[in-house]
Amino acid sequence: MTAAVFFGCAFIAFGPAFSLFIFTIAKDPLRVIILIAGAFFWLVSLLLSSLVWFIATKATNAQDLTLQKNLLIFGSIFSVILQEVFRFAYYRLLRKANEGLAAISEEDGPALSVREMAYVAGLGFGIMSGAFSMINTLSDSLGPGTVGMFGDSQYYFITSALMTLALTLLHTFWGVVFFEGCERKRWWVIAVVLCLHLMVFSLSLLNPFYVGSILPVYAIMLLMAVWAFFSSGGSLHNITLLWTCRKSNTETSS
Amino acid sequence: MGLESSKWAIIFLVCWLYKNVSCNSVEQKIYVELNNTVPCVRLLNATHQIGCQSSISGDTGVIHVLESEADLEWPLSKGPNPPYMVLLESSLFTRSIMMKMKNESNRVAGVAVVVPNTSPPEFSPHTTCPNENTGVYSDNYGPNLAHCNTTVWNPLGNGLSYEEFDFPVFSLKEDNETEFIKQCYLDHNRAVNGSAPQYPLCAMQLFSHMHAVTNTPTCMRRNDINFSINPEMVCDPLGDYNVWGSIRPYNDTVLGHKENESVVIAAARLDSRAFFWEVSTGAEGSISGFVTLLAAAQALREVTHKAPPTRNILFAFFQGETFDYIGSSRMVYDMENGKFVIDLDNVHSILEIGQVAVHSGTNLFLHSDPVSRSNDTVNDEVENFVKNLQSSTAGLSFLLVEPNVSQPLPPSSLQRFLRAQPIPGIVLADHESAFNNRYYESFYDNAANLNLTYPSDLSPEEQLEFVTETAKSLTDVATVVARALYKQAGGDDSQVNTIKADPKIVTQMLYGFLVSSNNSWFQAVMAPELKNILKPSPPEYYVGVVMSSTPTRLVQYLLANLTGAATNLTQSQCQKPDELPNESRQMYSYLWVQGIVPPNSTQRDSFCVRASVRLTKAVSPAFELGEYASKDYSTWTESRWKFIKARIFLVASRDLEMLTLGVGVAVLFTSLLVTYFISTKADVLFSSTREPASAAY
Repeated sequence: MTAAVFFGCAFIAFGPAFSLFIFTIAKDPLRVIILIAGAFFWLVSLLLSSLVWFIATKATNAQDLTLQKNLLIFGSIFSVILQEVFRFAYYRLLRKANEGLAAISEEDGPALSVREMAYVAGLGFGIMSGAFSMINTLSDSLGPGTVGMFGDSQYYFITSALMTLALTLLHTFWGVVFFEGCERKRWWVIAVVLCLHLMVFSLSLLNPFYVGSILPVYAIMLLMAVWAFFSSGGSLHNITLLWTCRKSNTETSS
Repeated sequence: MGLESSKWAIIFLVCWLYKNVSCNSVEQKIYVELNNTVPCVRLLNATHQIGCQSSISGDTGVIHVLESEADLEWPLSKGPNPPYMVLLESSLFTRSIMMKMKNESNRVAGVAVVVPNTSPPEFSPHTTCPNENTGVYSDNYGPNLAHCNTTVWNPLGNGLSYEEFDFPVFSLKEDNETEFIKQCYLDHNRAVNGSAPQYPLCAMQLFSHMHAVTNTPTCMRRNDINFSINPEMVCDPLGDYNVWGSIRPYNDTVLGHKENESVVIAAARLDSRAFFWEVSTGAEGSISGFVTLLAAAQALREVTHKAPPTRNILFAFFQGETFDYIGSSRMVYDMENGKFVIDLDNVHSILEIGQVAVHSGTNLFLHSDPVSRSNDTVNDEVENFVKNLQSSTAGLSFLLVEPNVSQPLPPSSLQRFLRAQPIPGIVLADHESAFNNRYYESFYDNAANLNLTYPSDLSPEEQLEFVTETAKSLTDVATVVARALYKQAGGDDSQVNTIKADPKIVTQMLYGFLVSSNNSWFQAVMAPELKNILKPSPPEYYVGVVMSSTPTRLVQYLLANLTGAATNLTQSQCQKPDELPNESRQMYSYLWVQGIVPPNSTQRDSFCVRASVRLTKAVSPAFELGEYASKDYSTWTESRWKFIKARIFLVASRDLEMLTLGVGVAVLFTSLLVTYFISTKADVLFSSTREPASAAY
C-alpha cells in the first residue's frame, strides 16, 4: 500500500527475530555460523520439495485449477516432511561437528551446549522461512495499491505479517523441542513436532477466514512456547525465583 | 566423466527451469495494467510548452466517472477523497470542462477520455486560426487579413491541443478494459445517499513523465550539456522527409538556379495530428489531398512521355505542415540558399491540393492570395491558371469556382512560398470560406468522415478492389488536377482529353491509407526490407521525431511506382546502377520493390523501379541555423520520456495504514524489551546449564 504499510508489516514479521538476533546471537560468532547454516539447510529442503512440486505441475494440465490446488497441497505436505527431515539431518551434523568445534574453541569443553545449538538452529530455520514467506509480499506492499480488486480481503498484508511472525517463533520452539527429544532418544517428540507443523500448515489453508487460521496458530505457538521453556531447563520454580529476586531487589533498593 | 555429465545435467535442468518459471505473485492480485491507452505528450516551441505532464512516479487518483458538467463539483470541491482521476465520455471532453479542471489541478490527478467508435457531431481540438504566425499574412503583408480577421478558418476549433495541462490525460478505447474500470467505480466509489464512499476505493495511476520543460531553447540547451559520455537528451525536433518527384528528372548533384528552367509545382501535405500522441488519421485534412495528387501524377505519366510539356512539373509532398509548415519552410529555405535542384526563380506557378473531400455535385473552390494579386503580372498569371483549371472540368459533374469575397489564402504550404517571393499560386479546396471539415486535426477525422463505406460482405482483398463513391469523386478531382497541370505546363491541347485518373488506383490508395496498410497492393509496391511497416490498421500521420515514418515511405514508393518505369535490372544492379551505361543514380532513384505474387507460385516477382523521386530532409531551418527562438520558422520539438503506462488498483484508507504501522512499531519495541529482559535474566530462568544459556521466549 505505502511506506507505512511496508514498515509496519516488516516490523511485525521480523521484529522478534531481529531482536532475538541482536541480543542473543550477534555477539557470538559461532552462533552466527550455526544460524546461517540452519537457514541454509531450510533453503535446501525448500528447493528439493519445490522441485518435486514443479515437476508435478509441469507434467499435468495447467488449466485444471482444482488439480493444481491439490498438487500445491501435496507439495506443501511434502515440503513440511522434508523440512523436518532436514532438521534431523542438521541435528546429526551438529552432533558430529561438536567435537570439531570443541577443538577450535578457546574454552575447555564443548563451546556450545546442545540446547544453545537447538535454539540457534530453530531460529535459523524460522528466519529463512519467514523471509521466504514475506519478502515478496513486502515488496508489493510498497506500491500505492492494496489487495482486493479480485475479491481478496484488504487485511492481506497484516495477516501475512502476523502469520510470518508466528511461523518464525514456531520454528524456533520446534528446534529446541526437537533437538531435546533427539538428545533424550524420545522419538515420539519428533512425531509430535511433525504433526504440529502439518496442523499449522492446514490451518493456513483456511485463509482468508483469518479468525479460523490466525487464532489457532497463535494458540499453538503459546503452547509450544511453554513446552520449549520447560524442555530447555526452565521451571515454575525459576519463574517464582525471578519474581522474588526482583521483589527482593526492589525491597533492598527502596 | 561421470562428474562432468552430471554437471551438464544440472546446468540443463537449471536452464530449463529458468525458462519455464511463471509467477503467480501478489502483484497480480493488486494491479490491473491497462494496455490500450494513448497518452497526451508534451510539445514545445520557441515560447511555450503544450500538452500534458505527470509527476515522475506517476499520478494516482480516486476514479470518478463524470456524468455531466454539473457533476464536476464532486471532484473539484465536494468530494472527500481528493485527488480524483476523472473519467470522461467523449461528449464531455470539451474546452470548458478541461479548463475548469486545469484551474483546480491540485484536486485533479489526471483525466482519462473514453474515445467511442462513432464520432460526435463535431470536434476539433486545433486552434481556430491554424499556423497563424508562420503564414504569409502579418503586420507587413496584408495586415487586415492576418490572424483570421476576415475569415476564421476553423471555427469549431477549441484549442485544446495547444493548452498546457500539468496532469496526465490518457485516452481509452471503448472495450472490456474500460468496462472493467467503470464496474470497479460502480462497486467501490459511488457515494450512497450523499455519504462519503467507504474505503477501499478504486484508483488509477497514470505515468507519462516528460523530460523537457519550458520551451525549445531551454530543452535544446539541456540537450547539449555534456556531463557524461552518454548525454541525456530531453527533446527532439519534429521532422521527417519531404517526398518530391518530377516529370523530367533533375541531376541530384547540380543544385541551385537552373537557366531557362520553368517549373510548375503541385503540392500537398502528408501529415496531421490529434490531441493524443500519434493517433491521427487526417482523412479529410491531408489524405484526400495527397491521394488526389498521387492519382494526378499517375494520370500524367503516359501523356508526358508521348507529348512532353514545355515546363517541368514537380510533385511535392510536404511533411510537418501541421506544425508551422516544417516541410515547406525547409524546401523554401533550401531553394533560397541554393541547396535544392531548382531555385525560387525557376518556379512558374504553384497548385496546392488542400482538403478536397467532395461529394458528387458539390463545387470546389480556388483560393488565391489577394495581396500578391495586386501586382498585375502575378494577377494575370493567376487568372490564366484559373482559366486552365476551370476548363479542365469539362464533362465532369462539378465546377471550380473562385470565392466571392476577397479573403486570404487558407493555411497552406503556398503561404511559405509567398513569404519568399510573389509566385502565382492557387489552393484547391472544398470549402469556400471556413473549413467544411468538422473534425479538423482530431482523431475523428477518419474513413467515416470521408463517407468511405464498403458493402458488409466483402473480404479484405475484395474491399481493396471495390471502387467506392468517395474514390470516384476523388478520381474526378485528380483528372481535373492532371489536366490543369498539363495545360499550365504548356502541354499539347489536343492531348488533354486523354488524361484520365484511374479510379482503381484511387480506391486502392484510399483503402491502404484509411483502412489497412497491410494489403496486397501496398505489399507489392514496397521494398522487401520495409514490409514490416505495413500493419492491419491505417498508418499514423503524426510527423513525429523518427525520420522516415510510414506515410513518407508509402508515398515515396507509390510515387515511384506510379510515375517511374519498371526496368530489367537485377537486384544487385539495382543497388549499383552506375556500372551500367544508360543508368545514372544522379538522375534517378532506383528502388527494388517486392512486386505481386503470380497466381501459380509463391515467389514474388520483384523488380527494380527507376523513378525521379527523391526524399529531402524536412527539419525546420531553425534547427539548422541554431535559432531555437526563431519567429520565422517552426521551432516545434517533442519531449522525451522513459515509460508511459497506466494501471488501476484499490487504495486503502489512511487509518488502516497507520494502524499497521502502529502495530508494527509496538511489536518491535515489545519484542526488543522482552528479549533484553529475558536474555539478562537467562541464568535464573534456565538453571540446569553451566555455560551462559540461550534465551527462549
